[in-house]
Amino acid sequence: MWQWLKRLYHRLGSPKWFYEITAKWIPWLAIISVVGCVTGLVLGLLYAPADYLQGNSFRIIYIHVPAAILAQSAFMMMAIAGAVYLIWKMKMAAWVAKVIAPIGAGFCLIALFTGAIWGKPTWGTWWVWDARLTSMLLLLFLYFGVMALQQAMDSEESGFKAAAILALVGLVNIPIIKYSVEWWNTLHQPATLKLTEKPSMHPDMLIPLLIMIVTTYVFFALLVILRTRNEILWHERKRSWVKDILEP
Amino acid sequence: MEFNSFAEFIAMGGHGLYVWLSYGLTAVVIAWNVAQPVMRRRRLLKEQAQRLRREKKHDAKA
Amino acid sequence: MSLGLVGATIRRDLTLAARNPGEWLNPLMFFLMVAALFPLAVDPDPKFLSKIAGGVIWVAALLATLLSLDALYKADVEDGSLEQWLASGESLYAMSLGKALVHWCISGLPLTLMAPLLGLMLSLPADAYQALIFSLLVGTPVLSLLGAVGAALTAGVRSGGLLLSLLILPLYIPVLIFAASAVYHAGIGMDYKGQIGFLGALLALAACLTPFASAAALKLNLSR
Repeated sequence: MWQWLKRLYHRLGSPKWFYEITAKWIPWLAIISVVGCVTGLVLGLLYAPADYLQGNSFRIIYIHVPAAILAQSAFMMMAIAGAVYLIWKMKMAAWVAKVIAPIGAGFCLIALFTGAIWGKPTWGTWWVWDARLTSMLLLLFLYFGVMALQQAMDSEESGFKAAAILALVGLVNIPIIKYSVEWWNTLHQPATLKLTEKPSMHPDMLIPLLIMIVTTYVFFALLVILRTRNEILWHERKRSWVKDILEP
Repeated sequence: MEFNSFAEFIAMGGHGLYVWLSYGLTAVVIAWNVAQPVMRRRRLLKEQAQRLRREKKHDAKA
Repeated sequence: MSLGLVGATIRRDLTLAARNPGEWLNPLMFFLMVAALFPLAVDPDPKFLSKIAGGVIWVAALLATLLSLDALYKADVEDGSLEQWLASGESLYAMSLGKALVHWCISGLPLTLMAPLLGLMLSLPADAYQALIFSLLVGTPVLSLLGAVGAALTAGVRSGGLLLSLLILPLYIPVLIFAASAVYHAGIGMDYKGQIGFLGALLALAACLTPFASAAALKLNLSR
């Protein structure tokens, strides 16, 4: 097992191997994303019963919750990739960390937009300082910080390193921020009706949500692979194997 | 099926604006997320192939 | 003598600050001015002011701290002191901790001492002064420690001050929440020990962990 893991690690560190193997994965990931998205949305939009309190506006849950979950775990993955780069100097990890940042920020934006829009029929205003929305907003700021720091450095390498350090500091802080925002929220209680807190969801509502969450992860993997392949092409453009791709 | 007609589905029980606005904005972000790497890849391949041809021509002259 | 270089650096930085008072006086004046903006912009009614005073003072303290952070490592990177530290083999962890301490001495401590004056101007409730002092005393070191990481990360970046604020402000939110709430609760006669306790926990955590990040970030400036 250990040997196998070690081999996998060394292979993952090889841009050429990654580029070639992911070429085979892309169609599958794309098919799973489309099929999962269509099934989840048909079940969620057409067949799930309307919520007894929020009516049909609750159907926003099928994009809001998966996007919010993904935005948070993407930050974690970015920090882990950054740590791998800092510790083992694996270039692939730095590229992966770099490409995750804009994707994660995109999902963060989706979660914020849909949360705000959902808030209008639920609370009567576009923005309420709800605990989850507030910590999502702070997560977006953290993403912006990581991206800005990466671009501000003179050399790309120190940009990767600085961004990785900041991502790790952010990772330690996220639970503290989330906890403090929730604590602050219970103190002020602007919204008695939570968007997504249900004691128990009807299976007809829950199953499409689970499908959408899994699909979002697959789609995220697809996006990361697409962008990482571009990074590989750019950084390895002077290598012979890339030259072979360029002129067949 | 929760809806009896297509019009009812679009209306979403009066919440149509909010539901479809959310889904629309999400679609825009997703589309950009897919289009950006695909376009970048095309540009990269084109530019690098051009660079290779240029270098070859240069070498041939020398 | 492991503390020799760190101690010498702390002494040197404090002497420099004493001979160049602008370095720590300017953020203090900024602190005063920001707090003065709120009654002018919102409402000078004492009843209203006493409700927001704690929050306003804390936001002003936070911004004033950010203002003085930018310079923390800049000179050391430019004049080569940083390279000397690394070459000396001294622990960068201790050095980062020492620099954060210096920063607190020239920013957090004066802010804490001046805060009661702002409390008077913003008609802070009499019961809240103690909470204000305690929260600043425990909270501002956390700001210095976290900010030192940002300062180390952006030390080599031209015009890094704005970037620094962007990186560090989200990390300051927990401190702001607990500290402002401690002052507010003291003002309405409620117990605020819990919030101070949280701030203490944050301080302990920051004192243990942030020097690692600072040390890693400092090494980064050398590789260029």
